[in-house]
Amino acid sequence: MGGAVLPGRLTWQPGTVVELVPETPRATSIVLELPGWPGHRAGQHVDVRLTAADGYQAQRSYSIASAPEDGYLVLTVGSVPDGEVSPYLAGELRPGDELELRGPVGGYFVWDDSIREPVLLVAGGLGIVPFRSMLRHRQAARGDVAVRLLYSARSLEDVIYREELMRLAAYDEVDIRFALTRQWPRTWHGHSGRIDSRLLSEVSWSAVDRPRVFICGPTPFVETAASTLAAQGQPPDRIKTERFGPAG
Amino acid sequence: MEALDGNAIGGSLFELFGREMTAVDGACGHCGQVSKLAELRVYAKAPGTVARCRSCGEVVLVLTSIRGQLRATFRQFTLLDNPGAGG
Repeated sequence: MGGAVLPGRLTWQPGTVVELVPETPRATSIVLELPGWPGHRAGQHVDVRLTAADGYQAQRSYSIASAPEDGYLVLTVGSVPDGEVSPYLAGELRPGDELELRGPVGGYFVWDDSIREPVLLVAGGLGIVPFRSMLRHRQAARGDVAVRLLYSARSLEDVIYREELMRLAAYDEVDIRFALTRQWPRTWHGHSGRIDSRLLSEVSWSAVDRPRVFICGPTPFVETAASTLAAQGQPPDRIKTERFGPAG
Repeated sequence: MEALDGNAIGGSLFELFGREMTAVDGACGHCGQVSKLAELRVYAKAPGTVARCRSCGEVVLVLTSIRGQLRATFRQFTLLDNPGAGG
C-alpha cells in the first residue's frame, strides 16, 4: 500500500500535532496539521488509531471541533482516567508528535447548508464538540439560520469553549443556554440540575416551524433529551442523535 | 450495557463499502422499521460489534474483525439505497 489517498477510500494518514489547548480541567483540544486532508463537513468525526511498540492497536472515534473553513483540524478529547487512548491523547501527546487518523466519517449527524428552518442543538458534556464545528461553520459561511444551543455541563469550569460560546451568544440569531448539573456559582441565574422537560420546552422551537434538532452526548443524556422532545411534539424524523460511550 | 449508535461504526462501514454509509436507509426484516444506519443501536464491546434495530431490538448487523479482516454480516436488514453507487 502506498501513501496516496484514493478517492472514495478511507485511508489512515498521519497528522502532526501543532498545539495542545487545555479547554477545561477534563478536556483538551488537539490541533493537527494533515497535509492530505480532503476537508470535512461540520458534525463529522474521525477515527484515531494508536499503535503500541508491540503492535497492539487501539482505535477511537472523535468528533471534529474545527469548522471546515479553519486551517487546522481540531479534536477535543476528554480524559477518561482508566481509558486506553484518551489519557494518552489528553495527557502525553506533545506538539510535533504524529497521530494516525482516518476520515472524515459521517453523513448523518452533519450540518447541511440547505437548512432554512430554525435549529436546536442539545449538548451533554463533550457532546458540544460537533456543535462547535457547526457554529463556527455557520459563522464562517455567514449563515442566517436561527440557532439555539442548550449545553449541559457539570459546572461552569467544565464548559468547553466557554469564551467562544459567549461571543457567539452576542449575535441575535444565536441563543445559548447552559445547564449546570453539579456545581453552580452562587449568583447563577441559569438552569441548575439536569435538563428536564420544562427546560427543553422552554428552549425548543415551536413544532410548527419544523425545527431541526441535533442531540449529542452520553447515551442516557441523548435518550432523555430525544424522548422528551418527541413527547413534546417535536417530529421524531427531524431529531438527529449521536451518542458516545465511556470507552476512553 | 450502554448502547452507542450507528455513528460509531461509520468508519468501519466506510472501510467495507468504500463510501459513507451512516445516512443510508435500511429496513428491518423483523419489524419493518426503516432507519438510517446511524440510528441503529450499537453494542461495541461484544466479541465483535452488534447493531440492533432501534424499534424491535433484533440484531440486524454483526461486524467482526478477524486477523485484521473486517467483515459485516447483515441479518434481515435490507439496504434501501445502492451502496455500490460510490460517492
